[in-house]
Amino acid sequence: MWRRRLTCLFGGEEKRVDSRTIHAGRGSSPVADAFPQQKFCDNRIVSSKYTIWNFLPKNLFEQFRRIANFYFLIIFLVQVIVDTPTSPVTSGLPLFFVITVTAIKQGYEDWLRHKADNEVNKYPVTVLEDGKRVGKESEKIKVGDVVEVLEDETFPCDLVLLQSSRDDDTCFVTTASLDGESNHKTHYTVPDTVKDVESLHATIECEQPQPDLYKFVGRMHIRRDGQETAVRSLGPENLLLKGATLKNTKKIYGVAVYTGMETKMALNYQGKSQKRSVVEKSINAFLIVYLCLLVSKAFVCTTLKYVWQNQHGQDEPWYNPKTQQERDTNLYLKMFTDFLSFMVLFNFIIPVSMYVTVEMQKFLGSFFITWDKDFFDPEVQEGALVNTSDLNEELGQVEYIFTDKTGTLTENNMEFIECCIDGFQYKNHKFLTETDGLCETDGPITITLNKAPEELEELFLRALCLCHTVQVKESQPVDEIDGVVLDQVDGFSPSPEDQCAFIASSPDEVALVKGAMTHGFTFIGSDSKSMKIRNRDNRVEVYELLHVLNFDPVRRRMSVIVKSESGEVLLFCKGADSSIFPRVRKEEVDRIRVHVERDAKEGYRTLCVAYKRLGNEDFARVDAELREARLSLHDREEKLMAVYNQVETDMILIGATAVEDRLQDRAAETMEALQGAGMKVWVLTGDKMETAKSTCYACRLFQRGTELLELTVGALGEGEGKREERLLELLLEYHKRVVHDTPPSKTGLHRTWSSPGQDYGLIVDGATLSLLLNASPDGTGSHYKNLFLKICQSCTSVLCCRMAPLQKAQIVRMVKSSKGSPITLSVGDGANDVSMILEAHVGIGIKGKEGRQAVRNSDYAIPKLKHLKKLLLVHGHLYYVRIAHLVQYFFYKNLCFILPQFLYQFYCGYSQLPLYDAAYLTMYNICFTSMPILAYSLFEQHISIDTLLDHAALYREVAKNAMLRWGPFFYWTMLGVFHGLLFFFGVYCVFSNPALLPSGQVFGNWTFGTIVFTILVFTVTIKLALDTRHWTWINHFVIWGSLAFYILFSFFWGGITWPFLEQQRLYFVFINMLSSMSAWLAIMLLIVLSLLPDVLLVALRRPRGRNTRQVRRRLPSSGTSTIFMLSQTASGHSFSWSD
Amino acid sequence: MMASSYNAKEEDGHHSVSAASGPSAGPSAKSKKPDNTAFKQQRLPAWQPILTAGTVLPAFFIIGLIFIPIGIGLFVTSNNIREFEVDYTGVDASSPCFTCSQTYSWNSSIPCKCAVSFSLEQPFESNVFMYYGLSNFYQNHRRYVKSRDDSQLNGDKASLRNPSKECEPYRSHDNKPIAPCGAIANSLFNDTLELFYIDPNGTRTQIPLVKKGIAWWTDKHVKFRNPGGNNFNLTVVFQGTTKPVNWRKYVYELDTDPENNGFVNEDFIVWMRTAALPTFRKLYRIIQKKSNMTPTLPRGNYTLDVTYNYPVRSFEGRKRMILSTISWMGGKNPFLGIAYITVGSVCFFLGVVLLIIHHKYGNRNNSADIPN
Repeated sequence: MWRRRLTCLFGGEEKRVDSRTIHAGRGSSPVADAFPQQKFCDNRIVSSKYTIWNFLPKNLFEQFRRIANFYFLIIFLVQVIVDTPTSPVTSGLPLFFVITVTAIKQGYEDWLRHKADNEVNKYPVTVLEDGKRVGKESEKIKVGDVVEVLEDETFPCDLVLLQSSRDDDTCFVTTASLDGESNHKTHYTVPDTVKDVESLHATIECEQPQPDLYKFVGRMHIRRDGQETAVRSLGPENLLLKGATLKNTKKIYGVAVYTGMETKMALNYQGKSQKRSVVEKSINAFLIVYLCLLVSKAFVCTTLKYVWQNQHGQDEPWYNPKTQQERDTNLYLKMFTDFLSFMVLFNFIIPVSMYVTVEMQKFLGSFFITWDKDFFDPEVQEGALVNTSDLNEELGQVEYIFTDKTGTLTENNMEFIECCIDGFQYKNHKFLTETDGLCETDGPITITLNKAPEELEELFLRALCLCHTVQVKESQPVDEIDGVVLDQVDGFSPSPEDQCAFIASSPDEVALVKGAMTHGFTFIGSDSKSMKIRNRDNRVEVYELLHVLNFDPVRRRMSVIVKSESGEVLLFCKGADSSIFPRVRKEEVDRIRVHVERDAKEGYRTLCVAYKRLGNEDFARVDAELREARLSLHDREEKLMAVYNQVETDMILIGATAVEDRLQDRAAETMEALQGAGMKVWVLTGDKMETAKSTCYACRLFQRGTELLELTVGALGEGEGKREERLLELLLEYHKRVVHDTPPSKTGLHRTWSSPGQDYGLIVDGATLSLLLNASPDGTGSHYKNLFLKICQSCTSVLCCRMAPLQKAQIVRMVKSSKGSPITLSVGDGANDVSMILEAHVGIGIKGKEGRQAVRNSDYAIPKLKHLKKLLLVHGHLYYVRIAHLVQYFFYKNLCFILPQFLYQFYCGYSQLPLYDAAYLTMYNICFTSMPILAYSLFEQHISIDTLLDHAALYREVAKNAMLRWGPFFYWTMLGVFHGLLFFFGVYCVFSNPALLPSGQVFGNWTFGTIVFTILVFTVTIKLALDTRHWTWINHFVIWGSLAFYILFSFFWGGITWPFLEQQRLYFVFINMLSSMSAWLAIMLLIVLSLLPDVLLVALRRPRGRNTRQVRRRLPSSGTSTIFMLSQTASGHSFSWSD
Repeated sequence: MMASSYNAKEEDGHHSVSAASGPSAGPSAKSKKPDNTAFKQQRLPAWQPILTAGTVLPAFFIIGLIFIPIGIGLFVTSNNIREFEVDYTGVDASSPCFTCSQTYSWNSSIPCKCAVSFSLEQPFESNVFMYYGLSNFYQNHRRYVKSRDDSQLNGDKASLRNPSKECEPYRSHDNKPIAPCGAIANSLFNDTLELFYIDPNGTRTQIPLVKKGIAWWTDKHVKFRNPGGNNFNLTVVFQGTTKPVNWRKYVYELDTDPENNGFVNEDFIVWMRTAALPTFRKLYRIIQKKSNMTPTLPRGNYTLDVTYNYPVRSFEGRKRMILSTISWMGGKNPFLGIAYITVGSVCFFLGVVLLIIHHKYGNRNNSADIPN
């Protein structure tokens, strides 16, 4: 697939330069065309890896590329070729099993990908061909096709807009799934394209595909019969991007310019590289250790063998002559094959079955995430989704969380919360009950008791209704309201039609208009000259719209000048408190300020509303000035600004509004828990700084005491040249402040709510970031980056606003590759988050409103942000503990499995005689000891789910790969060595007199091996049982079942002379062993003795999680009271700033 | 790989449809909601043992209390077992079998005999078991262990005529298949040991040695079978095969008793069970207890008459004859008793130490506060 993409990008390099030429419309292009016909890729999206035909070879190839599988393949081949102690079956069977299971799993996953691809590629679209509308599958769209898109459909490829159903040649588009901005954007048709697209005949010249969403340069040559060719320039405003959705426009026609993997959207996604978890890296490291161990063992044995054989009479005693073939073989070749034989004999030390078990654990374990009903969201009607099961344990290792804001932290749903008129507070009655308690304690005024004077109230609401740029959607319900139905509708009816009837560039404005509606004033509609509102008496008031003083981020306010029916000219202004307060009278400010500040602290977006009556003369003057400024050719912006500033003075403050981009349910609690768990949360958003900041406050990522460090365009000031210097200055300053103030070793790691010391928060914006990251490539660039990184790492939270999708990924990559390579997690819901979701170690998609892009590319998808808490704190933690234990246990159990066999070589003349029977060798990892550890790794809860949820700090116990570091590995290895030595030499001592039967008969070598093996199976299983903290019936069943199975199997295996076996080595060995009292006693002794150190450690060590259990005991036993207590602490903390 | 770059319009569409039909379409909603079963929610009822010093301590005492008596029992039992061992290899020039060990030849038709005399200080009371022991004999060498054909030994006619390739180089001799084939069978221990009691008055009394019951019952009756089933005329059955190279007689000449001849000869079966370690012993004969009145082997002087056929000097091996009584735990083996006593004592000691530690520091631990 990569090749495919590459050919798309670079294919036909020699004839393609930097532009592409596209012929649109009217079938085949005329011969007059000077440009050679170019080949473009089709509109197919391919994310699957295999086809039916190449599945087997490709999958096998990929599997054997894994070092472990390749190693087993080699071992298998050695066994087939060389005369080895064990039959090829012993390693061939497990290998076959592994390969098959993995192939099935990967095949299934790829099948799902195929299904998803097909959904996209087979989506029906309508294409104009030869003037006829033809239904096609999406993948069949070719560059140059004219495509019809209906309302609420997604564009199937990048289109140049030709024709819109709207009269004004525009169409509205929401790019929520591309860059996260959910507002409607206006795109324009290419001027002068014929109304009738069927007769269109044009050539488009445009640049080669490039990932920048906001850049597009092209030219369109329109040929019309009998007229000369018209040339029109194309810009980004003509380009409709794949992935964006058509809104509020019945249908459009566009010509496809980029298709398939060449669309801007596709180019914006990096290739999804194989994500490997830290655990897998640890496994590989351990694997190398064991491989060294294996090779050295084989080497030692080979060397000793030849040393020993040099002694007199040992090489070939008379009773044991060599075969002719052995005699003929060259000595060095013999040595080499001996070495290989030893390798084969000891190869079980590297557990082939571990990979199967790990795969199965991951695959089956991920079902628990899917099944968790706590992840079920009634709104979405879905639970969690697991796209990759490879990263379950990574969820327990997260150090950095990168979260999107809109739709992730917030619901992407603006809500009018309250307003304050002349110092009196009006709550939106929808939320009255919820906030009632708060209102009484915090605010001096409640709505029922006090109200502002009615005329002021109405003025305020009128201001809300008039001072905006909202448009009413031209859909049928609104039309009805406009007409007769209007009068019949009583008062304000928040019918669903009303809810979605407004469109605006900012959702805040819609919220305000809706807020006014709930208080009785409904904005009905506007045309270019007038605005209509319906007042409380159900009367329609018409205002003549004279001027709109647009919003801009510098002024941070907007105004309208309207003329009422009574002829009064009014200026309504709304804006941020900081920009309004200086322009109104002082005494009014004080009354309002209390409310505004309180609302801002709550995380609401506050706006102040003021008005001004303009006398006729005043208005005439203003009108003239505005017109003059608008018409000026030079410095128009500055002139306009000056007029605006002049007009917006001496206003009268009427009130303030509070709008909430409602945080997701329990977002703050979640963030707090995650921070409590030692994770650092970074917010990466494409949104404005102010909004993002307030959200951060609302999520308690920034707290009142947090000192904010800003690295924004605003802080840097203007002027290209100076910026870099200023940036360096700021960086150095912040670095000094942050890094030197706090002891660097402890920063962040031990931050809890109670921790003293200054918290720092960093705000950086996209422009500054690109300055930082793209700074001159010499030494200073990396210096900037390092400084920046250090500052970031010392801050408790970082907010990055105005980010482009790829910048988000850049940030993630930067953190990922920083010192200590921390584990990162990205959460997002929109297509703009996809790149960072792919970049991070773990990508989480929120099943939000902005399509499924993020979900599809994520590793895990959850319906709401709040689920992240359980996903990380419970599932992640548990999975990590499970798999870490699984890995360590596997290495341990194979070490003590093979060590006796190694030791036995010293006593059997280094002849590679296996200690255990072939059946035991094969079955040990497959049957006897695999199920208990699998059950453990699926069901273990060393700490209960509730405790994990309640105590986020427990997450830190497993941070930094705590259970798979060299320390624990060394412990397990030592344990394995100890057990191996004990098993072998214990039985060796017993066999100093092999007459162990009460009948005086003796045991042979196979009984020796069987006794060791029995001890081994029991010890490793009971060792696991000792480690199990959560005994479900399955654990009981599997642990005791495995032991029972071992005994039954041994009975069975030894009870019959098997016709297919060449040697009946184990015939009645097991049963005879059991009839020896000494064997029983030896087995018991050695099992107890080998488990003693473990038990001793338990007795000496302060047990893990014991404290938490005590806490639980101390609390009243019922669950509700625990929750109560927790909510007490949480709320006590969350409102601590208010006292 | 590359991500699927696709915005799921139909999913969105599908979504809105399902939302619209949400209230009416109950079943579809139900199907997506995860089942609230204890298994799927990971809330299966579970026993959650908490291993603390308190719960583990009794285990130490219990282990101690169980192991020490067992150990004492084993130790006493092992000590009560009488065992006598005599090396008759003939390494020293002074030893009676020195000549035999030196003048050894496979082809000599006259067997070399030697007699080793020894005296028992204590009488052997119950049944006495006579073992031969070999040292530095690698019966567990892989090449050696492999070199047998179990189906031939099980009486399979086809294998009798055509033994397994594993038997090389003792598969066939003079174009006749060897029965029993292989290196193990070829190197069958063929010393004959006879025991004589020397009365104080000087008369030699041969002690009757029982040669049955020395092999595992299942080996004798199931695993090893003569070809031809119940045909006792083994000469006919083994027609067309030849004896192993190093043997003096054919396999059907091992014993006169048809129950103990051919492949089911117990000496042969015992030899065929390969030993675990290079120093091993194998059961040779049993000396039955005659009556309750006299000990099986009274104290006094004995002679061991050896027909010295088996060469071990070439690989620095040793040959021993061992007389031993047997208890419920088998032969003499002090290791188990000592190990049990040691482990039991250590456990008990650890228990005491832990108890003290627990008492001293335990309270402080218990007062630990809520973790944070």
